[in-house]
Amino acid sequence: MFKKKECVAMLLAGGQGSRLYALTQKVAKPAVPFGGKYRIIDFPLSNCTNSGIDTVGVLTQYQPMLLNEYIGNGLPWDLDRTYGGVKILPPYQGTHSADWYKGTANAIYQNMQFIDRYDAEYVLILSGDHIYKMDYAKMLKFHKANNADCTIAVLDVPIEEASRFGILSVDDEQKIFKFSEKPKNPDSTKASMGIYIFTKSKLAEYLNADAADPESSNDFGKNIIPNMLKAGERMYAYEFEGYWKDVGTISSLWEANMDLLGQAPTFSLADEKWRIYTRHQVLAPQYIGNDGEVENSIISEGCEIYGTVKNSVLFPGVKVMPGAVVRDSVVMSGTVIGEGTELSYALIDTDVEIGKNCRIGGEVGNSEDITVLGEGTVIADGEKIEAGVMIPELRKDKK
Amino acid sequence: MTAAGLIFSNIHDRSIPEMTAERTMASIPFGGRYRLVDFTLSNMVNSGIDKVGIITHNNYRSLMDHIGNGKDWDLARRSGGVRILPPYVSASDSPIGGKLYTNRLEAMLGAIDYINHCDEDVMVLSDCDDICNIDLNAVLDNHEETGADVTFVTKKMELDGGKAGAHTIIVANEDGTVKEIVDSSPMTRGEYDVCTNIVVINRGFLVSLLHSAVSYGWKNFYTEALASVLASSKMVAYNFDGYYAEIGDLASYYAANMQILCGDVRSELFGEKNRPVYTKVRNSAPTKYVDGAKVKNSVIADGCVIEGTVENSILFRGVRVRKGTVVKNSIMLQDSVTGENVTLNCVITDKNVTIRDDVTLSGHETQPFYISKGKMI
Repeated sequence: MFKKKECVAMLLAGGQGSRLYALTQKVAKPAVPFGGKYRIIDFPLSNCTNSGIDTVGVLTQYQPMLLNEYIGNGLPWDLDRTYGGVKILPPYQGTHSADWYKGTANAIYQNMQFIDRYDAEYVLILSGDHIYKMDYAKMLKFHKANNADCTIAVLDVPIEEASRFGILSVDDEQKIFKFSEKPKNPDSTKASMGIYIFTKSKLAEYLNADAADPESSNDFGKNIIPNMLKAGERMYAYEFEGYWKDVGTISSLWEANMDLLGQAPTFSLADEKWRIYTRHQVLAPQYIGNDGEVENSIISEGCEIYGTVKNSVLFPGVKVMPGAVVRDSVVMSGTVIGEGTELSYALIDTDVEIGKNCRIGGEVGNSEDITVLGEGTVIADGEKIEAGVMIPELRKDKK
Repeated sequence: MTAAGLIFSNIHDRSIPEMTAERTMASIPFGGRYRLVDFTLSNMVNSGIDKVGIITHNNYRSLMDHIGNGKDWDLARRSGGVRILPPYVSASDSPIGGKLYTNRLEAMLGAIDYINHCDEDVMVLSDCDDICNIDLNAVLDNHEETGADVTFVTKKMELDGGKAGAHTIIVANEDGTVKEIVDSSPMTRGEYDVCTNIVVINRGFLVSLLHSAVSYGWKNFYTEALASVLASSKMVAYNFDGYYAEIGDLASYYAANMQILCGDVRSELFGEKNRPVYTKVRNSAPTKYVDGAKVKNSVIADGCVIEGTVENSILFRGVRVRKGTVVKNSIMLQDSVTGENVTLNCVITDKNVTIRDDVTLSGHETQPFYISKGKMI
């Protein structure tokens, strides 16, 4: 069962994603739907399989039920392997202690056994919060070429946004000499993407030291990386060019969905050479009715469109009834939008029922005022819901 | 009662020679994202049949590619699951020596090892020319209750002549007991109970029938083999009253595709609770409509990019309709691409067809214009 693997990926998927509020009440952030038929975790998993990394540990903690079920045996991502494949790693009870994952570093520390089983030389640390396509094999090659102890993927960000990120300063050879977490006055624009490759022996050394330190918050960004830098380990920045988006907030999730639209979209999912894999629902093709109108949108299997859809992303099995207008919105699986209802600048979760002649969401293009309806919400005929309002699933009882 | 399935993938190849030049009847694409075999296989899987053999004859590469290990139908199993049965060519000194089978009886004789190897009580036989979503459990229950050796699933159809033997007519009593099994003839006109080629047959009964067929030299499964033993066995007809389409030629292929634009047909075929239609997953991105796209009354699969106008049409996965192009009453199979300012009406483009800028093509609904696989016009 345990053949040697050069590199094992560890995917941190325990995040609650509390800034997504209603969308993450029942599911962990990595399981939040994205882009018409995907979930956020499809991106790092597909990147792994497309990069030839076939052993992935997924560390879960918050609301893991749906995530566990979704990942299953890993078949959709070609990660159902005899040796390796995708494995869910929940917190567990040990002989001497039983603990929740206290931080990102602690989660990996508690699962060093998994990495050791495959006798991995390198460990790739990923998070389940970002939308991007990246070839980790190139990053690993870079790591090996530099004989590095740690390589951090970085992205050039506008200087005014730099204070939101972990910022790295590098020399001419991309060697990191300074790391500051969310600096007030950033002196570089190279932001850490939260993607690390460690040489396993070094990682084990620092994780062990970190675990022994009661003052530590057991976090890669706050503890491990600064400690390694202080000790003068060989740390390099791997520059990534391309689309990368943290979808941790309602407005960034909405924006990332909008980035998929258009003929030459900011981010394309239709790359045959770098497919994004997902677990499929068994549904008929979509149907556009006689009075249906669809413009500048992405629509998935099983949708039935009898009304108007513009600048929107529709997930599988959404019904837009006659006279309904959906504009600049993201509508997730199984939601029904009643006759004559107008929906704009909204993020609608799974299996929501919206009655007839409702008016939901704002009028103008303000991504800060996205209206959100949580899973299973039921909206009665004729209701009006203002811009920026968020209704969690509790509303269901009202029916 | 336990059941195993046996599917004939090539039997009707000659009905649509245009589309079966490079594939089996079973692997003809249908309805935006399916192949004909998907309906038959899904009916079996949804009724709990998890051992299915698919008998092939020729050109079955595309079928093997589609079925793979069967996981998309949940038929990748340790025991049972789906098996493709390559054609059996016997040694040259046997009666049908050195040749591929020419009829249904020979096809089953070629698969006799598979049939013998099954330990299920009954075999469910099915062809790939019929499109329906049928609850085979109801048929199996009826088979068990009536104590039948053979159950024919029949469909009331209006026949209007046609080639001799185009259909098998089942004449039955009120209680469903079969009295007569006859071939249709060019003179057959009016409403008849037509055999859908979905047949439930006791496995032991089938095996001895196949052995008799060799001894007596029967060629036709229905009107020779089964008709000969009708008097000495119990055969019943089970009338299916749901949506049923039969693909007999290119025009009926076109018509059956167009029927799924009708909401009732879609809900009967795809909307049955707990009876989804499975197909091979292709991992295409969702379909993209860009500014200027106009789509009406159309069924569209994933992975398409639409910049032009599409009306009353079926687009399969990965189709591209470029700016200024109008596609009406047409069927575009997987990965077909149009250029700009193209006009299509009543056209069927097979897989990977490319239509260049400013081309206008039109057929008629009784005579759709067919463009074969990979062609560039």
